[in-house]
Amino acid sequence: MRVGIIGIGHGVFGRRSDATVQELAFEAFRAAIEDAGIERKDIDCSVIGAVPEYHKQRSLAGVVQEYLGLVPKPTWLTEVACASGSAAIRTAWLSIRAGVHDIVAVIGCQKMTEISTPEILALMGRVGEVQWESVFGTTFPGYYAMFAMRHMHEFQTTPEHLAEVAVKNHFYGARNPCALFRKEITRERALASEEVATPLRVFDCCANADGAACLILAREEKALEISKKPVWLAGMGCATASMSVLRRPNLVGLPSAVEAARQAYEMAGVGPGDIKVAEVHDCFTIAELMAYEDLGFCKKGEGGRFIAERRSYIGGSVAVNVDGGLKAKGHPIGATGVSMTCEIARQLRGEVPPDRLVPGADIGLTHNVGGIGQYCFVQVLKRE
Amino acid sequence: MFKWFGKVNFSPYTRVADFARHLKEGRLMGSRCRKCGARSFPPRADCSECLSADFELVEVGRKAKLLTYTRIVAAPTGFEALSPYIVAVADLEEGGRILAWLGETVKEKDIRFGMELHVVPRIFTELEEIKVYYTLEKES
Repeated sequence: MRVGIIGIGHGVFGRRSDATVQELAFEAFRAAIEDAGIERKDIDCSVIGAVPEYHKQRSLAGVVQEYLGLVPKPTWLTEVACASGSAAIRTAWLSIRAGVHDIVAVIGCQKMTEISTPEILALMGRVGEVQWESVFGTTFPGYYAMFAMRHMHEFQTTPEHLAEVAVKNHFYGARNPCALFRKEITRERALASEEVATPLRVFDCCANADGAACLILAREEKALEISKKPVWLAGMGCATASMSVLRRPNLVGLPSAVEAARQAYEMAGVGPGDIKVAEVHDCFTIAELMAYEDLGFCKKGEGGRFIAERRSYIGGSVAVNVDGGLKAKGHPIGATGVSMTCEIARQLRGEVPPDRLVPGADIGLTHNVGGIGQYCFVQVLKRE
Repeated sequence: MFKWFGKVNFSPYTRVADFARHLKEGRLMGSRCRKCGARSFPPRADCSECLSADFELVEVGRKAKLLTYTRIVAAPTGFEALSPYIVAVADLEEGGRILAWLGETVKEKDIRFGMELHVVPRIFTELEEIKVYYTLEKES
């Protein structure tokens, strides 16, 4: 039995001092049910993707459920760091596949800008292993910086390659009204920005943001009955890697991504060459290069050349993060995974403005990473 | 006494707490499973191979090779005063891996991937409470 996306809703990402987290969730939810053409009573259940530590409100699912007017339907929260949104999608997919629910609302939502940058660095750094690593003041960018240093050493990847990822993602982000940064940047500006953790600079890092995104999923018969243009969750991969970088096989890729991609391709019966448009988890520029390799868009070590040859632009071999990615769109961690799937579903429906539409896209992919690769979800999406 | 380990400690209670006492006395300890002999660094109480909970701490060699590193400029809460500092990951010669600061004996311009390093146990002397840690240095 297939599970289809019948409704898509995406809020504006950014410093949203105008709204609470449940108001952000409502913005995305309202758009999704209007898109699906259904009413709230048609929804059997909701799954909320969010990381609780950032919110003052404890147990977020309850307050969102009440504000959306979905009480007394069931709800719960999924948390796997920055992949919490994709975990929510997977949980909803599982509940439909199990035959328990017919129509499920998936809401990824997050407010992050209410706490200070050092506090966020401390919180995020502790997504590394705290007993043996965080005691040395590791940070989230610090881990990816260590991957980048090793990648540069083994494969001659350069700071210019990293900057080119930022340039591409800002180029497309400038064309996305839901993005936090809607300005193009130059390679020179990226390379001149302040250092965060060598070799990563400010323009190599995504920004914390507030925002929400929503999907309405339905079992196959319902999806075909309700929607003229359902998009199918055709391949659903999910894997983990060790929490500690001290127990990883290598530090130049994410083994969880390689395994999740293998599962997703196999379930969907496609390969990396079939993917026309992809959303990958570019929390840092090096993460996008490693994603090209881990997903099989190019060989291990060739990520730098892949971006240098503009193969991840529209018109290249696979269009990657043409909504701006985490880099330009902003990264409200619980919302990101849902936002990625929203973008691919819109691309497959051909409902993206022409300046960033991938022509003829029929198969797309999302790659949503939690933490420093401890969790990875890869989805292959197909249109009817 | 695992709360001794690290300038900021996030996990004061652990079954391998004795690690910190040994470190204070200048010894670097890994774990060895008393049932199957599997070794681990960092140490762990429960064997990942045979699931036995019967372990002992055993001293491990301090030689290591640099795998990767970064200079952290934007530091998290509790580490601001130390910024910038270099965090490195190194493979221990006898197996296992270690994450630590590069010490003062390693100048940034002399850093080479694969270079030989030595784990040196250290005590924060400027603090009133006992705080132990280790650095990676050129010489033992």
